[in-house]
Amino acid sequence: MKKVIAFLLFLGLLFFLGTGLEQGLKLGDRNTLAGKAGEAYLKRTVNSADPSASPSRVEYSSETDIEENAANTVTSVVVGYRSFDTLGEVTVLFLAATGVMALFFTSGKRKRLALAKPNFILSVSSGFLLPLIILFGAYVFTHGHLTPGGGFQGGTIIAAAVLLLYMAGNAYKAPSTGLKILEGLSGAGYLLIGLAGLLLTGFFLQNFLPQGRMGALFSAGIIPVVYLLIGLKVSAELSGIVSDYMGED
Amino acid sequence: MGHEWLSLWSFLYGPLAIFLVGLYGLLTQKNLIKMAISINIMDYGVNLFIISLGYVPSAEAPIYTEAVKTYLPVFADPLPQALVLTAIVISVAVTAFILALTIKIHSQYGTTDLTKLGEMEL
Repeated sequence: MKKVIAFLLFLGLLFFLGTGLEQGLKLGDRNTLAGKAGEAYLKRTVNSADPSASPSRVEYSSETDIEENAANTVTSVVVGYRSFDTLGEVTVLFLAATGVMALFFTSGKRKRLALAKPNFILSVSSGFLLPLIILFGAYVFTHGHLTPGGGFQGGTIIAAAVLLLYMAGNAYKAPSTGLKILEGLSGAGYLLIGLAGLLLTGFFLQNFLPQGRMGALFSAGIIPVVYLLIGLKVSAELSGIVSDYMGED
Repeated sequence: MGHEWLSLWSFLYGPLAIFLVGLYGLLTQKNLIKMAISINIMDYGVNLFIISLGYVPSAEAPIYTEAVKTYLPVFADPLPQALVLTAIVISVAVTAFILALTIKIHSQYGTTDLTKLGEMEL
């Protein structure tokens, strides 16, 4: 009876919220890109500093030195236009990792989490898989401005490799001091790049490197550098969280 | 009619339903781990909703490649995707912290059940 009432309430709330949002959103009318982002933003030029110049078309692999020319537009938004927001996001992740570490640190020496004994296939194949997983993670975050992916995704893949090591061998212990140093250095590097932008161009996290040709590995100014630092930082942070969960030996 | 109904369900009512399932779990479950899972389900619902706002019919992923060299008519909206990327990372951080708190509570009191924790003399 209680479940029936809960289900009816669920349906009622769903249609209450749904019909309200449906009228406000006008999903059918706005399924064009011009209906979503500001039209002035879409039509503005990226080839010159004057925003009122005539609109420009961007061509892959032939465009040079345009504003924020990462081939992956999502990366342009995340680490280009909204880079300050990403700095805050990295800070939140850092705070969470610090909180996890502090929670487990005060309990003194914890026994290592008792996992099931790894079977033969897992412990042998982890040796083959480990370099491949780390290589793939590094590929994802160094090509974050060209292909799908980026620092956060690549860092998570590398942390998954650390988790695999923990599951495959009972003796493995992540080097937590080294991880903390790597995390701190890459976080400081992100801030230093921002301050360098402030010194050289007058704006925090503004691009100060040459933009290069769109679609090349060395292009888009500071975006690949920042994503490389974010990838190192996120992989160190998430590996640290994994090793905190697993406990000391 | 059929097409419109399908698009409404996949863009609006589906994510809302996922969100409400998470809300129901958060309100009814007593186990802290199940509550963490409910918060995650709510996250997925909101993320799916924001992503679906950026949908453009028969569009490509917003990445310039050899196959897709120019921009205006062919790309999905990249802004919701960037915002959801941020939201996913925040939700990972929050989940890690919630689970660490749960482990601490379990090692201290031996249970993760909220009613049992409430009956205890803390």
